[in-house]
Amino acid sequence: MLRTVRHIITKEFKQIFRNKTMVGLIFGMPVIQLLIFSYTANFEVKEINIFIENRDNSPTSVEFIHKIEASKFFTLTNVATYKDGLKLMEHNDIDVILSIPQNFGKNINLGKPTNIAVVTDAINGVKAGIIQNYLQNVVLRFSKEKITSKVKLRKMPGIEINSHNWYNPTLDYKVFMVPGILVMLITMTSLFLSAMNIVREKEIGTIEQLNVTPIRKWEFILGKLMPFVLLGIAEFTLGLLIAFFWFRTPIEGSIVMLYLFTIVYLVLVLGIGTFISTITETQQQAMFIAWFFSVIFILMSGLFTPIESMPVWAQRIADFNPIKYYIDVIRLVMLKGSTFVNVSKQFTIIVIYAIVLNVLAILNYRKTSG
Amino acid sequence: MIEIKNISKSYKEVKALDNISLNIEEGRLFGLIGPDGAGKTTLFRILTTLLIPNRGTATLMNLDTVTDYKKIRRQIGYMPGRFSLYTDLSVQENLEFFAKVFNTTIESNFEMIRDIYVLLEPFKKRKARDLSGGMKQKLALCCALIHKPKILFLDEPTFGVDPVSRKEFWDNLKKLQKTDNITTVVSTPYMDEAALCNEVALIQKGKILAVDTPGNISKRFTHKLFEIKTNNNYKALLLLRKMDGINSAFMFGNSIHLTLNNSKKVTQLSTELTANSFKFSIKNIEPNIEDTFMELMQKE
Repeated sequence: MLRTVRHIITKEFKQIFRNKTMVGLIFGMPVIQLLIFSYTANFEVKEINIFIENRDNSPTSVEFIHKIEASKFFTLTNVATYKDGLKLMEHNDIDVILSIPQNFGKNINLGKPTNIAVVTDAINGVKAGIIQNYLQNVVLRFSKEKITSKVKLRKMPGIEINSHNWYNPTLDYKVFMVPGILVMLITMTSLFLSAMNIVREKEIGTIEQLNVTPIRKWEFILGKLMPFVLLGIAEFTLGLLIAFFWFRTPIEGSIVMLYLFTIVYLVLVLGIGTFISTITETQQQAMFIAWFFSVIFILMSGLFTPIESMPVWAQRIADFNPIKYYIDVIRLVMLKGSTFVNVSKQFTIIVIYAIVLNVLAILNYRKTSG
Repeated sequence: MIEIKNISKSYKEVKALDNISLNIEEGRLFGLIGPDGAGKTTLFRILTTLLIPNRGTATLMNLDTVTDYKKIRRQIGYMPGRFSLYTDLSVQENLEFFAKVFNTTIESNFEMIRDIYVLLEPFKKRKARDLSGGMKQKLALCCALIHKPKILFLDEPTFGVDPVSRKEFWDNLKKLQKTDNITTVVSTPYMDEAALCNEVALIQKGKILAVDTPGNISKRFTHKLFEIKTNNNYKALLLLRKMDGINSAFMFGNSIHLTLNNSKKVTQLSTELTANSFKFSIKNIEPNIEDTFMELMQKE
């Protein structure tokens, strides 16, 4: 029984490693993507070009402008009239206009309330929100300074937030993104390879010859899957090394657990791929279906946008997304050092998924047609 | 050895096999002769347990193709019409793989394939995709034989293969039959190959027209057959087909095979051909399988 599986595995490996382009793609592509994506999938907004209209020209307003300039996020492009600013914004030269009104300095020194106007280029809403956020921080700090210095000893009522960023103290996006991107790449490679695999034998006709042999269905599928599980593990290892040594992503939790989850997860993904392989007739069909699923899986995985901010119906769909659970686990184990008990729920779901999909794939693969 | 009873198989609208019954005895080299689309491949796929018929039953070695498919698969060899080996594996690797999945080794059944394998041996490291058509067929035959099957199914094995390789291939089949007593079912569109079989079935549009030895099949020919060679066969054929009293006229290589209705005399024919300024020779010949097949097809 298992001898047959072994023979199929040997054959598969021979075929995979004989195809030099394929080997390059399997290992080279994810490495390059991991390196590129991890630097680019970054929600920080830097080098914001700010334009300031100063209608006050008091020492206080100049001080305020210096404060903004001092922030690492803002680059002061120009100080002129509001009209000039609008023109520059139309040409995409600046991102935000700040207008300081007359009597700004006077009012502040008197402890009176005052307003400033902020106009943001909101073509990219996310970016605009972040810019406003940064600016608000600068303004808050400045006004707090002024108030405490002018209105001495008077305690201000109110709540102040003291925030600490646990598990990622410097709020480094790479630390957060690298494990997720690693998961995404492993999912895509495994899904595509397995989806194309059996259908390829159908397309070139070798399945006809195999089907008259005494190979059993499960032997065939197991023999087809195993090489990809091994390749997936090798790829995961490679990615983990890059994450650890290049991006300095911490690995707080147990490495054994990372691998345990990866193996089960690979079986799951390969089950999906094999199932696709059994329902399609050509590699092209298999490609498109695999593509369809991987886009949905990735966009609804919480990798780029938090699942919590999706509409409720989308969240329910995301509950069926296996990547979601695996990304969860990898992040929790790598960054938070979660133990098995913490992620046992995700583990159970992945295991059930893996079993169901592989059974479906085996049942759906027919050696005889009616 | 093989019993086919009232098998029918349809694909949607198309009736591929229409109530076919056939018996093939052990040790026979059995030919399935018919044009493309006659249903040969469908019949092969049913016999090799890859397809379930709509109606009827087929048994191989008293094993049913639908219920005992597992046992059957161990004892048959199948060479599909389309080359179905791994093109990215070498000759040796393909052979080894198929030996292994049948739980055997090349060495233990080497006698069976020796004659064919010696021709392949110089290329054993070569990838299957780089082999010539003839070599590919030999490799496919080796792979189908490596587990010592009792019955061998070959679906148009010599299609697209050069005449020398075709002859070698048939010599191999004959030898296998003699030394290993393998029952072989082979389909072919070539009539010259039909003559090499012990028994042939003529199949057309999913129906069997005749089953007999090649010699007897030829004897079923009901008319007197003439062979005509002219200085312009094509023009002559067009003329003959329009002429009265001609039963059939077919182009056969560089001559025309002709049968006449009872009323028509050869002398009449000669006069007419001369009148149309043809230079020609005409003689009475023995019909072969192809003539019979053409005649049977015409009757249908």
